[in-house]
Amino acid sequence: MLRYTIQRLLMMIPTLFGVAVLVFVMLRVMPGDIVELRLRGDGAQVTPELLAMERARLGLDKSLPAQFGDWMGGLLTGDLGISMWTGRPVAYEIGIRLELSLELAILATILATMLALPLGTLAALFKDRWPDRVISVFAIAGLAVPSFWFGMIIILTLLLNFNWMAPMTFTPFLEDPVKNLSQLIWPALAVGYRYSAVATRMTRSTILEVLQEDYIRTARAKGVYERLVVSRHAMRNALLPVVTVIGLEFAFLIGGLVVTEQVFNLNGIGKLFVNVLARGDYTMIQALVMLVAGFFIFVNFIVDLLYAVLDPRIRYS
Amino acid sequence: MKRHLATVIAAAAVLMLPASAEAQAPKKGGQLKFAVSAEPPDYDCHKNTSFAFIHPVRPHYSTLLKFDDKKYPAIIGDLAQSWQVSPDNLTFTFKLKPNVKFHDGTTLTSADVKASYERIVNPPAGVVSIRKASYTDIGAIDTPDPLTVVFKLKAANAGMLAQFASPWDCIYSAAKLKEDPKFPEKNIMGTGPFKFAGHTAGSHWIGERFADYHEPGKPYLDGFRAIFVSGAAMVNALQGGEVLVEFRGQSPANRDKLVAALGDKVKVVETPWICNLVVGFNTEKKPFNDPRVRQALSLAIDRWQGSQALSKIALVRDVGGVLRPGYELAATESELAKLPGFGKDIKKSRDEAKKLLKDAGVPELKFKLTNRNVPMPYTPVGVFLIDQWRQIGLNVEHEQLETKLYQAALSGGNYEAGLDFNCDYMDEPNILLIKYVSADKSSVNYGRYNDRKLDDLYEKQMRATDTKERIKLIREFEKHALEQAYTIPTIWWHRIIVHWQQMKGWDLTPSHYVGQDLASVWLDQ
Repeated sequence: MLRYTIQRLLMMIPTLFGVAVLVFVMLRVMPGDIVELRLRGDGAQVTPELLAMERARLGLDKSLPAQFGDWMGGLLTGDLGISMWTGRPVAYEIGIRLELSLELAILATILATMLALPLGTLAALFKDRWPDRVISVFAIAGLAVPSFWFGMIIILTLLLNFNWMAPMTFTPFLEDPVKNLSQLIWPALAVGYRYSAVATRMTRSTILEVLQEDYIRTARAKGVYERLVVSRHAMRNALLPVVTVIGLEFAFLIGGLVVTEQVFNLNGIGKLFVNVLARGDYTMIQALVMLVAGFFIFVNFIVDLLYAVLDPRIRYS
Repeated sequence: MKRHLATVIAAAAVLMLPASAEAQAPKKGGQLKFAVSAEPPDYDCHKNTSFAFIHPVRPHYSTLLKFDDKKYPAIIGDLAQSWQVSPDNLTFTFKLKPNVKFHDGTTLTSADVKASYERIVNPPAGVVSIRKASYTDIGAIDTPDPLTVVFKLKAANAGMLAQFASPWDCIYSAAKLKEDPKFPEKNIMGTGPFKFAGHTAGSHWIGERFADYHEPGKPYLDGFRAIFVSGAAMVNALQGGEVLVEFRGQSPANRDKLVAALGDKVKVVETPWICNLVVGFNTEKKPFNDPRVRQALSLAIDRWQGSQALSKIALVRDVGGVLRPGYELAATESELAKLPGFGKDIKKSRDEAKKLLKDAGVPELKFKLTNRNVPMPYTPVGVFLIDQWRQIGLNVEHEQLETKLYQAALSGGNYEAGLDFNCDYMDEPNILLIKYVSADKSSVNYGRYNDRKLDDLYEKQMRATDTKERIKLIREFEKHALEQAYTIPTIWWHRIIVHWQQMKGWDLTPSHYVGQDLASVWLDQ
């Protein structure tokens, strides 16, 4: 197991390096210049000398291999660089937003899991009967309705019916849990609904599949209570693909909630991603892509390790 | 219909209210929450250009002079107690208010004013001074005593006095600049009504009342909180009372929505805006190197009719030439109607346009209009222009790019016609006409042309200290610019502010850059 873990961790390095090369090259191929946008975007009368001075200050006058080398050197020493737009450290810019994004992802995952596991199981047990149909409608609606649209409906409902708006600025959970949740529960609901719909469908189909297995028939034949058949024998085996879906969705939520964060005005990683892309802030984009890629790889790794916990037949050696 | 009726009723109610409301004595206390739809990248006034900078940062600083919000474009002293201009317009002497304190408790002197302007005029290595080009006439800055500062100009400049009221010319501490010329990039330390209390990137900005502010009794507010929010979320925040105002401007649709939802809880104020969308032609690309083609494209636009239609859906309203209509140096409506593209007989203009295109050999011209993908007002104005050109048989493609790509296209000359903007903090011809002068003299001219007649007229109007003479030169400049039609004005913007009634003491000006120190603002609560 330890050897497997070390192997997987080492395999992350070439993957992340590939991502780094790809994002670096793609950004340089795209047209647009952050210095032009920063200094002339609002119509200021700026001389070419000033533009050149700023490009030099940001290191944009260096050759591409030199720029890549600088970036890689920084990454190896834990220095993500300085934002070309704000001049603040990239680690600071990401750090102040990561708490909100992580909390939102965790809240949405809890909501989604709490809904998906019982509903998916119920739908499988009552296949083609009314509970299954009601749950199917709920899940298909969740898949069809975009999270941001559901979010807008939530905002307008609160605004028009209760003349109330969620707080506009983030308060850490430990500082004021009520204020924190009164801001984040609504986007978590909007995102969690779609998330739960995916997981509900997956839970239903895997449980249905498992319920056809010989060992379930054997358990029933031995007179094991149906509740135990489902919870001990079926659920545990059915959870593997569900865990994968939940893991991947969780990873997506870090940096993927672009529109939802705009709708709720959340100062998270997704909104930051949109802003830095629009400005062409290379150092910020590179760091964010690496963060999201790293997060995806890490979550996949954790999911793989969970397989062994859930299914004793799986052993990594 | 119902919505419009609600708007009219609310507006009428609002018009009746202010007399009694504004007569109230200002109350002290409270925190003003307002929305800002973008965020300042850093904290240096001399380096920035966006309203997103001015709205949260201006309350921390003072300038030498400032615009009188109630009587724009009149100027009043901010740090200056009085000032004198020599008869030859070459020497400007400012007497400073005594005992003005910086937020760190030190006292402001003429050395601070000198250091700040030196930084603008001759920035040290590594310091970016965006508006350096506007101050090249300043030859020397003297400080005969701690409360007197004297600016000596190399040549008379008709717009110089008003430039000392620029909201961008924040006065910094000379001592701090001496320690580090880039100190203002990452620190806020001024003499303004509010002290800096925090900035959470991407979220909000906080200012707290400065007890030693140099205007006695002010500011009235305990502080302010600028919340960075845009789009529909910003309108929802206004509707929900999470913010009391957004100072840049609302679209007519948002105004109507807010008035319908909030009725007389909000006040609507409107004014012509010192912002204009202009169409720039790339004169290095055929057939836009031919003045007949450019003029035909200007003649085809029915600005008078268009302004009425567009003002219902976009934040544009007034027809004007190179200067904002209503401004004392701008063309009157009758003068304007004589200029190409501004005639009121659109059929006649379009017939002439067709003839010019035929003479130029491009009667069925096809081209691309490059535009920003900013919905308000770029998209509706772009669609309007394409429809106007379609009416003389042209086929125009609307290319909407995100700002970074749009900027790259215009700067790099990778466009045929581009919807550009001309927007600034005051109606000063020196600032607004620079868009039209030769590309080798103006970095904001994306038309890639050089026209020495325009350059000469621009220089002469700048030096003309007699207003009548200056107006004459500006009219000549405008006539030549519109005949050559390198860059043609479309319709001027219209600023609409919707704010909650409890915010008092703020006056609307034609610029979203001025009147934002919040010193006189108070909350009726």
